[in-house]
Amino acid sequence: MAIKKSLSARKNELSNPENQLHFLSNGIFREGKLASFEQKVKADNDFPLRPKKLEILQINVGYMCNQVCAHCHVDAGPDRKEIMTRETMQQCLDIIKSTSTHTLDLTGGAPEMNPNFRWLVEEASKIGVKDFIVRSNLTIIRSNPKYYDLPEFFKKHNIHVVSSMPHYTKDMTDRQRGSGVFNLSIKALEELNAVGYGKEGSGLQLDLVYNPGGAFLPGNQESLEKDFKNALKKDFNIEFNHLFAITNLPISRFLEYLIVSENYEDYMTTLVEAFNPAAVANVMCTNTVSVGWDGYLYDCDFNQMLGLKVASKVQHIKDYNEKLLTNRNIITSQHCFGCTAGAGSSCQGSVA
Amino acid sequence: MANDYYNSSDLKKFGEITEWSEELGKKFFDYYGKVFEEGALSAREKSLIALAVSHVVHCPYCIDAYTKDGLQRGITKEEMMEAVHVGAAIQSGATLVHGVQMMNKHKKLSM
Ligand code: SF4
Ligand code: SF4
Repeated sequence: MAIKKSLSARKNELSNPENQLHFLSNGIFREGKLASFEQKVKADNDFPLRPKKLEILQINVGYMCNQVCAHCHVDAGPDRKEIMTRETMQQCLDIIKSTSTHTLDLTGGAPEMNPNFRWLVEEASKIGVKDFIVRSNLTIIRSNPKYYDLPEFFKKHNIHVVSSMPHYTKDMTDRQRGSGVFNLSIKALEELNAVGYGKEGSGLQLDLVYNPGGAFLPGNQESLEKDFKNALKKDFNIEFNHLFAITNLPISRFLEYLIVSENYEDYMTTLVEAFNPAAVANVMCTNTVSVGWDGYLYDCDFNQMLGLKVASKVQHIKDYNEKLLTNRNIITSQHCFGCTAGAGSSCQGSVA
Repeated sequence: MANDYYNSSDLKKFGEITEWSEELGKKFFDYYGKVFEEGALSAREKSLIALAVSHVVHCPYCIDAYTKDGLQRGITKEEMMEAVHVGAAIQSGATLVHGVQMMNKHKKLSM
């Protein structure tokens, strides 16, 4: 499924989050064929979901991306102009200094495309967070000479690089992420390896994210990691640390794909049937706050894309108050079944 | 009549066979689960064997189930198709090897 433009640029009706939420609450869920997320969680007395402790601050610095992946939950692409300003970044930095969160997670789009990305990394690393993650799509490193030094830049700031790789073969990777992506990603991985990333004893962490390339759930994370390690080592002499297996949530472009390919009902049924109460306790909204490009706060990056701001008096990073934020109910809908299916799914992979 | 014999939604009801014979049904599903665990063969290898056998026994439910299982395990379409060919080769070989029986009989009966 080759996609050239975002839903937003195509003026697709799913580019409006309200339409997505409406879709997810009707059809099979309205007809009662499938239990809603609320019903499932209530059955275990876990409703509403509540945050435990804020450990991770995930900042989305903009929706612009050099790729237009078919499954993208952000609806990112070169045509998206939403970008975080330096002023909002400064507000984030002020909070990082004062909060107890130990992990900073920069995402996008391609976060590197924000003109103030390097400044933010330099300033944030001065503060000294324990785990400083940048979600890099790999191809950005090879997309333009101005990004060629990114591996060195990441190394200098001891960035924990987390990169997407849906398969260790070209065919399955390019189908999801666009033609030519596999070869460029391999090149980028070689360069990250060359500066020490993913190498034993270097202390430079390189993790890969696996998203299924279609309407099915990820298999066992450990087995996939083993297969990826063997194949990438054998075919390209590439090394990495861990593989995070992440389920595709039925929102944005992946929702579009499910509808167009007539997989929506079967996929939702699979997610609901794979509902795992043990995963509920560890879904990522219980320890993460997501900051949007404009500084608004969300329970997670998915809720951000659905326009669901936190249910709290505090809704913007400039008013950040950890106590108030921890004391809130998390907003959920049927997309949340993606986080609780099977071994569960979060930005750090399986949770159960 | 079209849907009378095979209905894809019946796969989900497979577990219901236990309702009419609890002991045997349960024994079967325990056995089935055990067979597909990691063992001397990996679960990945077993999935490919299951896919090949599904074709040989012409079971549309199993073909759907083990195609999806293979995708979840990251098995490529080339690997899946090769597995199907292994099944097909054994099946056609099994037919052809009976040709020897035909030849034996033919020789015995002919002058
Ligand atoms: S999935 Fe990642 S790399 Fe692909 S379009 Fe979305 S943000 Fe960009
Ligand atoms: S989609 Fe967001 S709000 Fe829903 S369970 Fe997952 S992390 Fe929590």
